[in-house]
Amino acid sequence: MEAASLPELASVPWRRRVDPDSLRRRGRWWTATTVAHSVPLAAIAVAIFVLAPLAVAVSAIVLAKALIIPALYAQRGANVVRTTRRAGAEAETRAAGLLGDLVGHDARELYARTGLVLERGGLGVWLLGEAGAVLVAPGGRRAWCWCVKAADASLPSADRVAHLLLALREDEAGFATVANLAFSGAPRRVRARMEKRAKPALTAAVAAAQA
Amino acid sequence: MSRLIRMDQTGHTTLAEWTAADADSVEAAVAAFRAELDTGGFAVVSEGEGKATQVRELPLDADLVIVRRPIAGG
Repeated sequence: MEAASLPELASVPWRRRVDPDSLRRRGRWWTATTVAHSVPLAAIAVAIFVLAPLAVAVSAIVLAKALIIPALYAQRGANVVRTTRRAGAEAETRAAGLLGDLVGHDARELYARTGLVLERGGLGVWLLGEAGAVLVAPGGRRAWCWCVKAADASLPSADRVAHLLLALREDEAGFATVANLAFSGAPRRVRARMEKRAKPALTAAVAAAQA
Repeated sequence: MSRLIRMDQTGHTTLAEWTAADADSVEAAVAAFRAELDTGGFAVVSEGEGKATQVRELPLDADLVIVRRPIAGG
């Protein structure tokens, strides 16, 4: 057998390979960008209220925008692990059986409850869904949400998760390089916007990242 | 008995089964393996949590070889 980097890297030759340092930089940049979007609007809202109290409605609208922008980013992050279309019951059962064979008992049980697979990696703890993944950094204080999926849309949902799992296991840094970053920030902001069923998976990932 | 499977819309399909001692089954498995790679599939052997290896030749000693489709950023 020969070791290989993820072959899909050939489709994104302009991207630098992800490593822990570049992840930290992107996380800080993401936070700075969010602050740059929100703080000026919040300051403008306060200024409008101070200078023209009768324009309180305008001030409220601007303040709402300052709050909505970070919320929309976090929602985009939560959407990467949203459940999508299901295939026929027989195909889903077969696919879930294969996925179950690829993971341990705890991950299998978590998948059955939440639809997400937890996988420990060198960059942190991953949660894999059908069309994306969440990476929780060691320590559990930051999450990165990635849009990434199997090219074949006809696959059962468990097979789509298995595709991401195998690609992640082949080359974790390559996997993060191929995926598109949708959000970076506090895990609690992602969890608040996840489907109710999936929330325990992120709780488990944060706990694993803190261990 | 080793297996070559492809993840597809049915869940998965067994493409070949072989034992190293059976030359005919190995030959059929290698042919099926190459056909999958020729159509753009990637063959992977999972080795437990955190580790899988992409293979370009059929590893005759592997219990399970899985063919997956490419992934891409969404």
